[in-house]
Amino acid sequence: MNSRIIIVNVIRWFLLLFVQIFLLKNMGFYDLSTPFIYVLFLLLLPFGIPNILLYLLAFITGLTLDAFYDTMGVHATACVVLAFVRISFIAISLNRDAIDDPEPSLSYMGFQWFSLYAFLCVIAHHLVLFFLETFRLTEIGYTLMRCGLSCIFTLLLILLVEFIFYRRTPR
Amino acid sequence: MRNLWIFISRYNAFFLFIIFFIVGIYLTVKNNAYQRSVTLNSSNEVIGTAYDRLNIFKRYLNLGMVNDSLAAENAKLKSQLLGLTTVDTAKDVKVVDTITNQQYTYLAAKVIKNSITLRNNIMTINKGTVDGIKSGMAVIAPQRGVVGFIRDVSAHLATIQSLLHKDTKISVTLKKNNALGSLVWGDGNFDIKKAFVKEVPNHIKMYVGDSVITSGYGSFPAGILVGRISKANVATNDNFLSAELNLFTDFSTLQYVYVVKDKKADEQKALESIAKPNE
Repeated sequence: MNSRIIIVNVIRWFLLLFVQIFLLKNMGFYDLSTPFIYVLFLLLLPFGIPNILLYLLAFITGLTLDAFYDTMGVHATACVVLAFVRISFIAISLNRDAIDDPEPSLSYMGFQWFSLYAFLCVIAHHLVLFFLETFRLTEIGYTLMRCGLSCIFTLLLILLVEFIFYRRTPR
Repeated sequence: MRNLWIFISRYNAFFLFIIFFIVGIYLTVKNNAYQRSVTLNSSNEVIGTAYDRLNIFKRYLNLGMVNDSLAAENAKLKSQLLGLTTVDTAKDVKVVDTITNQQYTYLAAKVIKNSITLRNNIMTINKGTVDGIKSGMAVIAPQRGVVGFIRDVSAHLATIQSLLHKDTKISVTLKKNNALGSLVWGDGNFDIKKAFVKEVPNHIKMYVGDSVITSGYGSFPAGILVGRISKANVATNDNFLSAELNLFTDFSTLQYVYVVKDKKADEQKALESIAKPNE
């Protein structure tokens, strides 16, 4: 069971980063909306993961993206913020002792919880990402618009992927 | 101490977040040229503004000293100005004549209207009767070369009938053998750099490169370089030779000219008018 989770996550990591780097990096609507589907990997890490491991994974994932996007540190910081939001949201919304589901996916947690969870994590990630990339407040309107449109795009893609790999499980 | 550890481990998510976040920001600023330049710029801006404010105060404190130095400079300039107003350096440059009394003086004048494109060209200079200019005086170029004669004079201006005019004739000699000729311009050639020496006697030998100077018969002082022969021994229909020469005067760039004042001109004219022809 444990090794299966690890293998699944490793495959997911490679697959999502592959799609992100070789497909979605070249996509975008008028330089306004660029999707970052790779955050789904961090969203779907199992519940029982220690915080330090989650932060490390987030940081390494971000650094890998940075290496391909030539933005050293930007994605890493954004991923660390996403990890913090993820930990906080799970701690607030779920009773830690009562968690028996293996991972916070759409199949286990239901559409309502998952969409809110994904929305909060993605918007935190994108805000940090775009503001660090722009690094100035004078273009705040443009940055916020890019951030919002990219958020919508990323969320649509995440929900699409989740529905494609939806497994009906007995709850 | 134990409580501190409990506190940290309970909120480990937050502390880990702070650590990783700081590392991420550090990497961003350190490794990305754009972000680095922005942070450096903004800090420089802050420092620059501070220095600017400081400078304003410093300027106020130094006002007294600056005032004194300005007043001193003002006084110095004023005394220099007084010196300048009494002496006009542009008037009456003396030329020492060692043989007789000084015959010629030169007056520098600025050309305020030049003309080189017509058949008969007239220039205007900024000196007139106030400066002692009379009609018929010779005008020469600053370094070497002749310009023409004064034609009409007003109080402060005068016109020059330049060499580039059909009525201008200047008495010249070949420097080598003092053979006389007269300098004219525009006889079938309207190049402002070329003129002709006419009425040179037939027995005179001329060569290309010979210098031509003024003869001194007339208003021009003797010995002023006019030009160099470029085409010698041009045969004419009469008993004289003629030659083409390159003028030393560049009429197209003439800025200043010297008006030659001949002290003995009036005397000479009076004397020569006594001699009646056919007597």
